[in-house]
Amino acid sequence: MKTKILSLALGTAALAFGATAASAATLDDVKNKGFIQCGVSTGVPGFAFTDDSGDWQGFDPAFCRAMAAAVFGDPKAVKFTPTTGKTRFTALASGEVDVLARNTTRTFSRDADLKFTFAAPNYYDGQGFMVRKSIGVDSATALDGATICIQTGTTTELNLADFFRANNMKYEPVPIETNAEAQEKYLANACDVYTTDASGLAATRAAFEAPAEHIILPEIISKEPLAPLVRHGDEQWADIMSWTLYALITAEEKGITAANADEMAASSSDPETKRLLGSEDELGVKLGLDKAWALNAIKAGGNYGEIFAKYIGKDTPVALERGLNALYKEGGLMYSPPFN
Amino acid sequence: MSDTHSHTSNNIAYVADQSLPELPAPINTRGPIAWVRQNLFSTWRDSILTIVFGYLIVVAVMKLAPWLLFNATWDANSLRECREINTGACFAVVNRRLNQLLFGFYPSHLYWRPILTFFLMFVAFAPMLHDNLPRKLLWFTAAFPLLAYWLIWGGPVWSIVLVVAALVWGYFVFRFVSSLANQTAAIFAGIAAVLLWFLIAHDDAVQLFVSVFGSVGLEPVESAKLGGFLLTFVVGVTGIVGSLPLGILLALGRQSDMPVVKMICVGFIEFIRGVPLITLLFVASVLLNYFLPPGTTFDIILRVLIMVTLFASAYMAEVIRGGLAALPRGQYEAADALGMNYSLSTRFIILPQALKISIPGIVNTFIGLFKDTTLVSIIGLLDPIGIMQPIRSDQNWNGIIWELPIFAGLVFFVFCFTMSRYSMYFERKLDTGHRN
Repeated sequence: MKTKILSLALGTAALAFGATAASAATLDDVKNKGFIQCGVSTGVPGFAFTDDSGDWQGFDPAFCRAMAAAVFGDPKAVKFTPTTGKTRFTALASGEVDVLARNTTRTFSRDADLKFTFAAPNYYDGQGFMVRKSIGVDSATALDGATICIQTGTTTELNLADFFRANNMKYEPVPIETNAEAQEKYLANACDVYTTDASGLAATRAAFEAPAEHIILPEIISKEPLAPLVRHGDEQWADIMSWTLYALITAEEKGITAANADEMAASSSDPETKRLLGSEDELGVKLGLDKAWALNAIKAGGNYGEIFAKYIGKDTPVALERGLNALYKEGGLMYSPPFN
Repeated sequence: MSDTHSHTSNNIAYVADQSLPELPAPINTRGPIAWVRQNLFSTWRDSILTIVFGYLIVVAVMKLAPWLLFNATWDANSLRECREINTGACFAVVNRRLNQLLFGFYPSHLYWRPILTFFLMFVAFAPMLHDNLPRKLLWFTAAFPLLAYWLIWGGPVWSIVLVVAALVWGYFVFRFVSSLANQTAAIFAGIAAVLLWFLIAHDDAVQLFVSVFGSVGLEPVESAKLGGFLLTFVVGVTGIVGSLPLGILLALGRQSDMPVVKMICVGFIEFIRGVPLITLLFVASVLLNYFLPPGTTFDIILRVLIMVTLFASAYMAEVIRGGLAALPRGQYEAADALGMNYSLSTRFIILPQALKISIPGIVNTFIGLFKDTTLVSIIGLLDPIGIMQPIRSDQNWNGIIWELPIFAGLVFFVFCFTMSRYSMYFERKLDTGHRN
């Protein structure tokens, strides 16, 4: 009763005072606040974690910092909201966060039904299986009757059910909430198989005391294009998100790095590089930003390849190969539309 | 009797005129041996149980102690280093991330503020827990919630001054209305006046004061920075402190003769008790966002605090209702017979006794609430449980499983055990020997 009255009162008061704020564009809101509120996960190795000094680091926070640099010229103008698999979409839909970079798979229903706009995938993942070598299985099709640790509230649940039904096999799910819980259950033999995105499996296996005793099965049973997302209905803000990502990809393609971006902006003779970095034309202004937006975004944490290498690349403990995430020129799927 | 005695005393040659020195009791009735015999091996059944459980304990200790203590590593930069140094637990993670576990992302140069608040909390509780302290300390207790809020969140000092002003304003409205109408109406009018102030004028007034008098105050810290045990304490202590008075009001309201008051109280209590806390937390984190227009920032921690307090107060109300029900009818009647009105008899006769009876239940609710605060990790708040995940996602520490929960569990145990022991002491102190 009391809560109802309170929320009613607050709601009415907020309606009276906040009506103008609600109709403004996200970019204006963000500029007024002075920072981007970015939803990240509560922790996925390599993709989002806190460092010793308590700052969010990882592949996803790095993208938010690039966006903050594009909008404000300052990669620190971003605040992070940790979201769980259950709260992430409401946090975005309700406006609690401005952008969600939380290794979220783009799917039809999330796009059309939940009304979100996704950028191009910034990581192409796929669901895989990890098993102990000792059980002697070398293919996912031999997993009939296995107990499987699976994270609830994610696309992996549905993929798993589909895969086993398609192959006419049975399995027993062991529902888990977080990756750490999965590690513990899996190592304690509570499940034979741990299934999640292959990137997560690689990171998990790398952390084991004896990684060599576990194998990741060759089958990748799903497409998991992970992409940042924003709410439907604000094209300008969605464009800023999408083109910040494209700017990072193009930068890798053109060899622009955090270290040489300023120099390239001054001296490059390539017309697209010049347009991208704002030394020719004023592309940023068309997004409602200033012309150095892409330059700032690249300087924030480097181009796509640099971010990849820093957090999840093969020299990190996560040790992921570029694979599908290499540039299209190198056989991957990372392909940016031209900056014209 | 005396004849016999005199008769025998005449016949013996020697009578001891002083008693022999006392000998110690036989070895098998005193000291550790007797204790062991009496408590562990008094029957053959006991002996078997002792041996079996003794064996199990020894095995458990032998298995755990090397991992937990002897081979544990306290200083390393990553799990990999830990494994190179030794084979046991890697408590280096607790060591390295202690600040995060305790304070979340609270700015490190401001740690003195929550620490000061923590110690002031004991000062504030002291006059309520010990009766031989000066009563004037109770004023500090009353001011503590505001002070704690200001210390933890910071901000201009005016916001606190104006809150005090708002309470004074509410009090005057109460006085004014009570001179016109009855007390109940006056209480509602006072509360309404304070709420109105916060909804309409407070923020603007603070702005005004800041622009006129300058922004004297502490560096503001936003809610998102709160985490770790700091968050546990903010949620737990607020819930505990808020739920007791609310619970008392609800319990009294439930027994009221006024049908509307009774209906509201019963409805509230039964509704809240019928819903799990986690559902209320999801309402706070998810649903309220949809009700409120976009752009309104209604602090997530504030929402959680409100929900947790309401939740605990419903349980508290039922605990206190138990105390009220346990009071014999005669106490109520005696108070009436003395000519006491409702407020007098409640304050001096009913509540003191009912609350005393309810102490174990009240403390039980407190402890339960304190531990329930860990549920906030499910809605993405980084309390000690929630903050473990981002720590474990750091590749330096990925693979750490038990060390962090062991640490958190130990801290929780220390506080819950203290509360429980204190309540036992309190019960003994208040025990007046009347048992009904």
